[in-house]
Amino acid sequence: MWVHLRIELYKIFRKPRTYLAFAAITALIAVIQIGLFVDGKEYTEFVMADFANSFAVDGKILNGYFICYVILQLLLIHVPLLIALIAADMISGEANMGTLRLLLTKPQSRTAIVTAKFLASVIYTLLLLIWIAILGLFVSTMIFGTDDLFIMKSSYVVIVKESDVFWRYAGAFCFAALAMVTVASLGFFLSFFAENSIGPIVATMSVIIVCTILSTMNIPIFNIIKPYLFTTHMITWKEFFDFKVNDANEAIVGSIQYPERIIHSSIVLLVHIIGFAGGAILLFRKKDILS
Amino acid sequence: MKSFNIFIVVFLFAFISVNVSAQDVNTLVMKVKNKLDQVNDYTAEGKMKTDIAFIKAPVGGVKVFYKKPNKFKLQRNGGISVLPKGGVSINIGNMIVTTGFTAIDAGFAEIGKVKTRIIKLLPNGDNNDIILSTLYIDEANLLIMKSITSTRENGTYEMEMRYGKFAEYGLPDKVFFSFNAKDYKLPKGITLEFEDTDQATKDKLKGKKGRVEITYSAYEINKGIADSIFK
Amino acid sequence: MSSIVQVNHLTKKFNQFTAVNDLSFSVEKGDVYGFLGQNGAGKSTTIRMLLTLITPTQGQIELFGYDLYKHRREILQQIGAVIEKPDVYKYLSAYENLQLFARLSGIKPNRQIIMDQLEMVGLADRAKDTVKTFSQGMKQRLGIAIALVHNPSLIMLDEPTNGLDPQGIADIRNLILQLSRDRKKTVIVSSHLLNEIEQIATRILIIDKGHKLVEGTASELFDTSQTIVQLNTTDNQFAAEKLAASSWKNNLKPMRDGQILIQLDQEAIPMLNQFLVDQQIGVLLLQPRHSLEDYFLQITAGKQHVGTFTN
Repeated sequence: MWVHLRIELYKIFRKPRTYLAFAAITALIAVIQIGLFVDGKEYTEFVMADFANSFAVDGKILNGYFICYVILQLLLIHVPLLIALIAADMISGEANMGTLRLLLTKPQSRTAIVTAKFLASVIYTLLLLIWIAILGLFVSTMIFGTDDLFIMKSSYVVIVKESDVFWRYAGAFCFAALAMVTVASLGFFLSFFAENSIGPIVATMSVIIVCTILSTMNIPIFNIIKPYLFTTHMITWKEFFDFKVNDANEAIVGSIQYPERIIHSSIVLLVHIIGFAGGAILLFRKKDILS
Repeated sequence: MKSFNIFIVVFLFAFISVNVSAQDVNTLVMKVKNKLDQVNDYTAEGKMKTDIAFIKAPVGGVKVFYKKPNKFKLQRNGGISVLPKGGVSINIGNMIVTTGFTAIDAGFAEIGKVKTRIIKLLPNGDNNDIILSTLYIDEANLLIMKSITSTRENGTYEMEMRYGKFAEYGLPDKVFFSFNAKDYKLPKGITLEFEDTDQATKDKLKGKKGRVEITYSAYEINKGIADSIFK
Repeated sequence: MSSIVQVNHLTKKFNQFTAVNDLSFSVEKGDVYGFLGQNGAGKSTTIRMLLTLITPTQGQIELFGYDLYKHRREILQQIGAVIEKPDVYKYLSAYENLQLFARLSGIKPNRQIIMDQLEMVGLADRAKDTVKTFSQGMKQRLGIAIALVHNPSLIMLDEPTNGLDPQGIADIRNLILQLSRDRKKTVIVSSHLLNEIEQIATRILIIDKGHKLVEGTASELFDTSQTIVQLNTTDNQFAAEKLAASSWKNNLKPMRDGQILIQLDQEAIPMLNQFLVDQQIGVLLLQPRHSLEDYFLQITAGKQHVGTFTN
């Protein structure tokens, strides 16, 4: 298994496409950072326009933690495409290239091969997130410094104490990893059905786009299915940035307002991951290789 | 933090009122003024707590600087603070010097088991942002326990003071600053949130008074402060 | 137990379509077993079933005396295969591809083993080049190197000459003969080209539409004394009429694409030529044909000489 995983990772990291994703993320984050570095004041003024009518906000809102929040908010919508690029190619790409049949005539268990492929795409996804963390969090804090994290939620404002932020990011990135692994599993699952990689990549993105729209739209008929859509739960990482307050409306440091939401979403995502990955592995064991 | 100049403004009402309607009210205000006059400058460290229903904020450290006659500055020890605006438009210490106020005796009230004299100060001119200021004065100790300031543009602000170790200088240990907090709403597109805030939370957020609370831990009085700090 | 491959009543259905129908055959140790059939006859499906790429709908496959599906890994360890196009990872070099597949074949390849293999197929000097720069023939040779790197005792080559130039085809032919003769390998090779198989196979199985047609040695299957010749003259219509009116009429086959086809003993070809000359017909071409198609023609015309019919 370990041999397979190493081989799969070796293949992933020999593909130019892999680095495309890292380059794209680097570029996206740099654009956001440069933009906010140059015009960040305007951005915060725009976001806080209504709020600033009644309140004077003092302090360095535009700090590294805030930038990272903006980056996560924007990026986690687009990263699925980059993940699909690799994950949805894992089986279909080899079928297309013709290497799948050669691979499967080797004295190796199919389960081991396909599991290694799945784990390799998971590792790729995690590396992508680590890269986002390095650039989005560490580089941002290096450029913009640190301070309290000021977040505008749809109906209230949260100010997270500087010393209380980091672990929340650790949690948020772990959760984002879960969300992105769900995307990877979906792509991986779909890659099973095709003999070229474009199909599953487009299919993965289409599923995500459609589900995201359903999750966003506030229409009663869709509200019934909303709780079951993984896209609804992919943004639960934000719950890490909301804390409980005591009766005196004092922030309780180290608390989370709705920990049950995080747990619930994690379970929903895990079920999706197990479903997609397990489905792909089970089907693959019996698949007739006709490519 | 300019909005906290209201704190000073209230004191200045007490100091420089010119047209007192009743002699004892006038004397009382003068006595309070004299007591506060001992302080030429001070710096104080404190903890500031923001209690606004739709703002979740941690307790933060602040440092306050004051110098006669009306220089005031609130400095955060790092962190981000949110304070009601309003204070900015009342920030006109010199206006009080140029215009007069009428002091009216408005009876007695109990503030935290302390019997206080209520004195209303009315500005004489029409072009003041301040419409009315009400002071609750502890006559025995010559301390302002509470003040309510109504402004033309920014609603009504309420300040309550609690005294301790520095009562002899008329400096409070605790200041509660209350105001009517307006609701606000952001479009979901900006926040990218799918879930609505539940109704219970929404109700909780509505129509609650906002409050900022500063607890001072240490004063340094009359040690001299450079003017550059206030720049 | 000398049967390396024993296939019994093998059937594969894809939905309603039966690709392989009740196929049975065996391959003995040391055989170069030719698997002959037209495109779509079921050759690839059968070979893929032998390699566990496709699961049979029915039937048993035993390799080296063991059930293929019960001892899949042990059996595959003994097999090297090139299936259709020799596709490898284009973004890796020849060396890296070989190294990767050697590892997957269950051996720990050192540099010497890999370079020896590349040497054998004449790619040693291109070892470091990525495969996307390779010609079809070079890829085919690399595919064969990959199939052989773990020294398997059974080699399966599915249409190994597809897309190769004549020299490439000759190279593959020589390689197969060498593997069989010098290295005592058992080889199963499929093709739709009769002459290719005929030249190298010790035993031949011909399948059509998933059915076994005949099985035997080349000399058993192909009566070399009988052949079909293709005739092209200055006036084919006239020539055909003359032939039909002569003693050659029993040898005459239906015309195809305006060409006259005549089945006859090879020794009779000069006589045919003489006849045409005598009739003052200008002979442009008189060529023995040797295609699977013609062979099927022979079989279906009931001219089958030796072999076993299964339908």
